[in-house]
Amino acid sequence: MLEARNLKLWYGDFRALNGVSMSITPNAITAIIGPSGCGKSTLLRCFNRMNDLVEGSRTEGEVLFEGKNINDRRFDMTELRKRVGMVFQRPNPFPLTVFDNVAYGPRIHGLASGDALREIVKKALQSTLLWDELGEKLEAPALSLSAEQQQRLCISRLVAVAPDVLLMDEPCSALDPMATQNIEELMLELKKRFTIVIVTHNMQQAARVSDFTGFMLLGDLVEFGETQRVFTAPRQKKTEEYITGRYG
Amino acid sequence: MRIPPRAVHVGMLGILWSVTLAAIGTLIWIIGWVLWHGLPSATPHFLTSMPQDSGAEGGILSVIAGTLFIILGAVALATPLGVGTAIYLVEYTRENWVTRVIRYGADCLAGIPSIIFGLFGYVFFVITLGLRWSILSGSLTLALMSLPTIIRTAEVALRSVPQGYREVSYALGATRWQMVLRVVLPGALPGIVTGIVLALGRCMSETAAVIFTAGTVLPDRIPTSPGDSVRTLAVHFYLLATEGTSESQPKAFATAAILVLAILVINVSAYTLMHRFLARYR
Repeated sequence: MLEARNLKLWYGDFRALNGVSMSITPNAITAIIGPSGCGKSTLLRCFNRMNDLVEGSRTEGEVLFEGKNINDRRFDMTELRKRVGMVFQRPNPFPLTVFDNVAYGPRIHGLASGDALREIVKKALQSTLLWDELGEKLEAPALSLSAEQQQRLCISRLVAVAPDVLLMDEPCSALDPMATQNIEELMLELKKRFTIVIVTHNMQQAARVSDFTGFMLLGDLVEFGETQRVFTAPRQKKTEEYITGRYG
Repeated sequence: MRIPPRAVHVGMLGILWSVTLAAIGTLIWIIGWVLWHGLPSATPHFLTSMPQDSGAEGGILSVIAGTLFIILGAVALATPLGVGTAIYLVEYTRENWVTRVIRYGADCLAGIPSIIFGLFGYVFFVITLGLRWSILSGSLTLALMSLPTIIRTAEVALRSVPQGYREVSYALGATRWQMVLRVVLPGALPGIVTGIVLALGRCMSETAAVIFTAGTVLPDRIPTSPGDSVRTLAVHFYLLATEGTSESQPKAFATAAILVLAILVINVSAYTLMHRFLARYR
């Protein structure tokens, strides 16, 4: 589905990724863990090329999406980002109504209008359980929702463009434990339809929800494998030290 | 001897209070003075009738109309240029020498005395392009003059839109223009409108640039074409006050009062408009 091959990235003179290779399995949740500044978010943002927006960033190596290198100049960014969507750390709905937030993607891609658009919005909100919760409040300002609802709204907004991959950059770090649990349950539900890559500094979260886990340190992917295996029988000393809480 | 901090605090509070009071007081005094002298003569008849006898008699209807046409024309010309430039500067380029040159140019433009704009407008629009003393020449000149205001305020407004919205928009696969149109512009609109209104106010109170380009002829009818020569409120006041007889002084003050009121109304309505707009997003 998605595969990084010897991926290197610089911010100016600082090297944030030292040649990372990893392959993402479809319809599974892959977690990337590691201490702050290890490059896990940077790696995630390579999958939809959001690092392009950072001034002075430079990438080497390949990221294959369905066999094609997305770092290729000719790769269509709109198409890539339509199919590989991203949920950000802080819930960031647009200052529009709930409906207009979810309809944003379908509208810019010209996917639907009128009743068809309403149907897409409804399905997207249903998939994050917001539909029943909000009832008829589709015209309410998105910013009036709770933080958790906002984050689920952001996920709905993404689901509405029907991507293949959901990239989640610490999606629960601004939420309380209850809200976090709700989002985690939602992720388990969503993985039936989407391929999910999540970056988290919360090891328990990675252990709870993910099928595969990658541990990163100082720009290197130290260890990568099935979550069960990585957490119970880490092969690298650094991984073991990290998951047993020796540093972090 | 050391002055007790508490005493310094009270003293400073007193000083700052009086300074603020003096600043606001002066403003109120000026406006009040103009209105006090002008309003009694600013009758409905004065507003709705044509000037006679070089403005010493009659009203200022044609002057009001001329002013409106000129300033609306100026803003209509300057807004697309200014906002377009700001969008280019903020959304389409990274900081480099080109953007610095554009920004520096806009700042220079803002610092040029309006009479120079008037002279340029006279030589270029009135003479070279043969537009004569007209609403069009006046609007074009005022448009150039208000460009820096509009560019700079629009730029600030665009930059104030949180970067996060741009990221999300890109992350959803939007093109740059879709992002600008659907996310950035709506967010920046209140600021942009404020800049446009500021420009309107400046155009309205401008004299030097207008005398050179729209003329000083006092029309006895409402202008019907952009080629008509007109006299604006500010120019009318200036001419009545400097060249009129003592009989025309009440008319001069009445004109000044109308000018001040109009600018107040423009600013207040822009302010409310902006707040209503912002309230929608909260």
